[in-house]
Amino acid sequence: MATGTRTGGILARPTSMEGVWGWVTTVDAKRIGMMYITTSILFFLWGGIQALVVRTQLSYPGAEFVSPDTYNSMFTMHALTMIFLAIMPMSVGFFNLIVPLQIGARDVAFPRMNALSYWVYLFGGLLLSMGWLFGEAASSGWFAYAPLTESAYAADRGMDFYVLGLLVLGVSSMAGAFNFIVTIINLRAPGLTWFKLPVFVWMTFITSILLVTAFPVITVALIELMFDRYLGANFFVAAQGGDPLLWQHLFWVFGHPEVYILILPAMGIVSEVLPTFARKPLFGYPVIVFSGIIIGVMGWMVWSHHMFTVGLGTVAVGVFTVTTMLIAVPTGVKVFSWMATMWKGSIALTTANLYAIGFIALFVIGGLSGVSHSMSSSDFQQQDTYYVVAHIHYVLFGGSIMALFSGLYYWFPKFTGRMMNERYGKIQFFLLFIGMNIAFGPMHWVGMDGMPRRIYTYTSNMGWDFWNMVSTLGAFLLGFSILLLLHNLVRSFKKGEIADADPWDGRTLEWSIPSPVPHYNFARIPNVVSRDDWWARKYVTGEDGVTHPIPQGGAYAENEEDVDVHSIHLPDPSYWPLVTAIGLALMGGGVVFHLAISIVGALIMLVGIYGWAFEPVNEPDEEHEEHEEQVIN
Amino acid sequence: MIRAIPLLILGSMLMLSVGCTPEHLMSTFDPLGPVAAEQKMVWDFVFWAMAVVFVTVLPMLLYMTLKFKRKEGDPIPPQTHGHRNLEIAWTVLPILVLAVAAVPTLNVLKYVLEPPAGSMQVNVTGHQWWWEFEYPELGIRTANELYIPVGKPVQFNLQAKDVIHSFWVPKLGGKQDAIPTRTNVMWYQADVTSPPEGFYGQCMEFCGTSHANMRLRVHAVESDAFDIWVQAQKEPGPVAEDLSELAAEGRDYFENMDFTATYADGAVSKQRCVYCHTVDGLGISGARTGPNLTHVASRRTLLSALVTNNSENLTSWLDNPQAMKPGSRMPNPTLTDAQTVALVEYLQSLK
Amino acid sequence: MEATIAPQHDEHATTTGLDHRKMLMWTFLGSDCLFFGSLIATYLIYRGQSIQGPFPYEVFDIPYTSVSAFVLLMSSLTMVLALSAIQRGDQRNFRIWVIATAVLGSVFLGGQVYEFTLFVSEGLTVKTNLFGTTFFVLTGFHGVHVTIGVFMLLSLVGASFAGKVKQHQSINVELIGLYWHFVDIVWIVIFTVVYLVEAPAIEAAKAAVGH
Repeated sequence: MATGTRTGGILARPTSMEGVWGWVTTVDAKRIGMMYITTSILFFLWGGIQALVVRTQLSYPGAEFVSPDTYNSMFTMHALTMIFLAIMPMSVGFFNLIVPLQIGARDVAFPRMNALSYWVYLFGGLLLSMGWLFGEAASSGWFAYAPLTESAYAADRGMDFYVLGLLVLGVSSMAGAFNFIVTIINLRAPGLTWFKLPVFVWMTFITSILLVTAFPVITVALIELMFDRYLGANFFVAAQGGDPLLWQHLFWVFGHPEVYILILPAMGIVSEVLPTFARKPLFGYPVIVFSGIIIGVMGWMVWSHHMFTVGLGTVAVGVFTVTTMLIAVPTGVKVFSWMATMWKGSIALTTANLYAIGFIALFVIGGLSGVSHSMSSSDFQQQDTYYVVAHIHYVLFGGSIMALFSGLYYWFPKFTGRMMNERYGKIQFFLLFIGMNIAFGPMHWVGMDGMPRRIYTYTSNMGWDFWNMVSTLGAFLLGFSILLLLHNLVRSFKKGEIADADPWDGRTLEWSIPSPVPHYNFARIPNVVSRDDWWARKYVTGEDGVTHPIPQGGAYAENEEDVDVHSIHLPDPSYWPLVTAIGLALMGGGVVFHLAISIVGALIMLVGIYGWAFEPVNEPDEEHEEHEEQVIN
Repeated sequence: MIRAIPLLILGSMLMLSVGCTPEHLMSTFDPLGPVAAEQKMVWDFVFWAMAVVFVTVLPMLLYMTLKFKRKEGDPIPPQTHGHRNLEIAWTVLPILVLAVAAVPTLNVLKYVLEPPAGSMQVNVTGHQWWWEFEYPELGIRTANELYIPVGKPVQFNLQAKDVIHSFWVPKLGGKQDAIPTRTNVMWYQADVTSPPEGFYGQCMEFCGTSHANMRLRVHAVESDAFDIWVQAQKEPGPVAEDLSELAAEGRDYFENMDFTATYADGAVSKQRCVYCHTVDGLGISGARTGPNLTHVASRRTLLSALVTNNSENLTSWLDNPQAMKPGSRMPNPTLTDAQTVALVEYLQSLK
Repeated sequence: MEATIAPQHDEHATTTGLDHRKMLMWTFLGSDCLFFGSLIATYLIYRGQSIQGPFPYEVFDIPYTSVSAFVLLMSSLTMVLALSAIQRGDQRNFRIWVIATAVLGSVFLGGQVYEFTLFVSEGLTVKTNLFGTTFFVLTGFHGVHVTIGVFMLLSLVGASFAGKVKQHQSINVELIGLYWHFVDIVWIVIFTVVYLVEAPAIEAAKAAVGH
């Protein structure tokens, strides 16, 4: 390890990976990934509690469990928490854990920026959620339509926490995305060409491109709203000619790619899990990759389907109807390919696989209701009803969350060195699956029965009572199953059965290295020959179509002894990302509370940036200098 | 286990049909006019398409999960990478299905967004949290309860005073948003008369604290009944001479009495009923801050179709508006019991 | 031995051969296009929609702004010269050209500040109307980008005097140069779209009064 030196910072550069300070200054993608996942699970629980408050209030007509304003904050913050603080970061957590391993790299391209992304997420998430502490949580819906969000109609600071929280979180998302774009293009192991990449890596890549192109648009929308609220600008002020639809267009030009940002990583995970547990390659790999790219591109052409009822005119609505219907095609193709992967496979019903198969079922349901939404003329009846709420929860919970949980069960052994309890896992899965359907299934009926969304109560003569109560009970069952998942995670972490490197007989590179993964990932960077390279090292398919193991399989494992792992250079830990993140968060928070805080924050951020810029990736030490000389000469 | 699959299919069909409750007041399965009917037709088409996919794909998934379940000693299966013709088929087939679906969708889209020529005009303005209706051709203005003649198309010109709202009466058709700075056009036609309480409607775009309470009713009546209603609406409010003593006192309070108004945000000022609410025939009129009350007693409901129109509810409202409609722009008027009783008597005489 | 260690800091051995940081800068600039694109789109959507003045034709001084645009354009030239100098190992000229770039950038910013204060004195603020709102936010954020660029240039000068800018590490200069040229190009677009091209409604209004 490098020796610590003073590099312009007041403190010596951290050197150790031990203890809390080791985690706080880490630049190791694996640790950052685990921090992302842990934090996102905690925010997921918080978002779930908010959901249960919503469901309790709606469980019977005329309930007074919470006040209308509190209820309106609950559904607003529930959505923001789940989308920005749970699903997206959990996906990014998996990017961090899995992508470097699947491409045969030791870390991402910019380890310190990676750490920055995490810390900015944590602080941004706290800033976004902080409104609750003051009784001023945002209450204008997660989509925050102007002019309801202007100071005249949203006088408290809820929208300020919203604007600044999301601006800060945007920095985290974009920094992370930039990192993965460069990593995937530039750090692939020798021989690993694009069409040999695991689908999870492809989906990470496409998602990252969507992130860096979509977030600037919402950044502008948020800035415009901020200027209206703080400086009296007129972006959305009707009296001055401001157009409320400008907000909607900007928001949804971001918002639609955002939903693909939410689902593509999930599709990537499922594309890894299904083939492994079917012992067959992914069916139609090129088509799955191309359909992912097409979804990424077409995702930019459909945004106004969120605005079908705003009066865009027959032509515009018609165009978006057609583009939205068409985007169902690449999605459907993926579903068929996943099912074809299972066809005539040898399917192991591990918990991870149950989640993946459950994902297909539930995502199909969500996709079908989505297709019905695309038919704009009948969508005029469905828009803003509980039918939409059903759709979004089937695709986001039944889709994204199911796949992320599949990823948890699947990759848990790789990073902790222990197996999650399978029996417990299956019980937990079934309770979740049943709970989820009981919670969200009935929302289809009450929606078509006319129940609007975003209402804090309803009257008993509408006929919605029964299904709302059912839905609430389902939600509590769902919540209970999540507690079981948590328990399984914690228990398995402490006492799970010890896992070996390749417990699932996997197909991709992460299974070729020990569990838990050593800090250098690969002792020797592999030379990749084919898609599913690890599988190809273990098995060969003869002329007769029969596949059998290669006698000396697990070829990467050999020669480990040859490699002096101590000579492997990894980036040193650093505290500058944390300092910079603190500065950025204070800058954002200060706009809500007091400008002096922002100025202090800006100064801290500048110190952080300069310290970072002048700190080398690695501290100089003797071995490293020899190596440098070799490279120059 | 596999034999359970037909049961599952039947079960899911049953589940899907459970949602059909056209008798419910806001059901979209009970189209009572051509706009709703056309939209339902599109829905029926997509519903059956979805149902076909649902009952083929999901049971297939379950079947495969069970049939190909790994057993001890199973060999590694054939490593099939793809099948070009199959992949082409399942890309092209959905495109064709969607292309077919697009035709009625787009035709109905044109139909529902373009009101027939000669439609009766109603200007709808959404406020936080009530509906203002003006019939420009007839010169009348009312709130929260709309009357339309059966069998005739009605064009709604949607506007909003403050934030975005959305106008919806499910049994008559889909919704469109009411957005400040623009006018959106939609139309309905009722082909049957409405039940006594009217067709139910509600604001469908989140508009703040009492979004849940912003409802409306549409009464579709035969043409002659409609004409009678119009005539009645054109009458101004009764003069003092035609009122009982108590009601005349209420009328005087309504027009001339200053009271301390405490608003939901804590602001306090001196107000008069007539500064916000219009009753035609009074000295001051034209105020549109609050609903037009000229014929408030003729409405079946109060507070944007939230409660039944009776003295009790009116009294509670005047006593504490925030308790009945949280966040309401109507301030608490701090009246004495006597003043309240008189005002309620007056309001109940505004038929 | 080298081939088995994945390149982290060794800029010579990436999959594409391109340096990570250069790829990052290009990606970031691509993303920044969408940022400015959204602001420019907002400006264009609201062009000609202001309910009251001042209107663009009443406050714009095209000759003045042309000069400041030229100044910024020249700063891109000096930036190119700076990069060329450091690539040759010529520290002295490198410092001269970087300082020149920073000075020209600062002159541009000074010109912006002067122009803005002039507009404010003529009654145009961010609150006045849609034109004021969209103009100041769009050009303001561009100005922020230029300011950040000037900070980076001055840091570069400081680093050079501290002996930290080496010929074989000229990539850092190249990265700042890329950013600087991008900011310049954005200004070309803004100058054209905002200053030079008028809203049709305003043109018609002007024609009507014989302007």
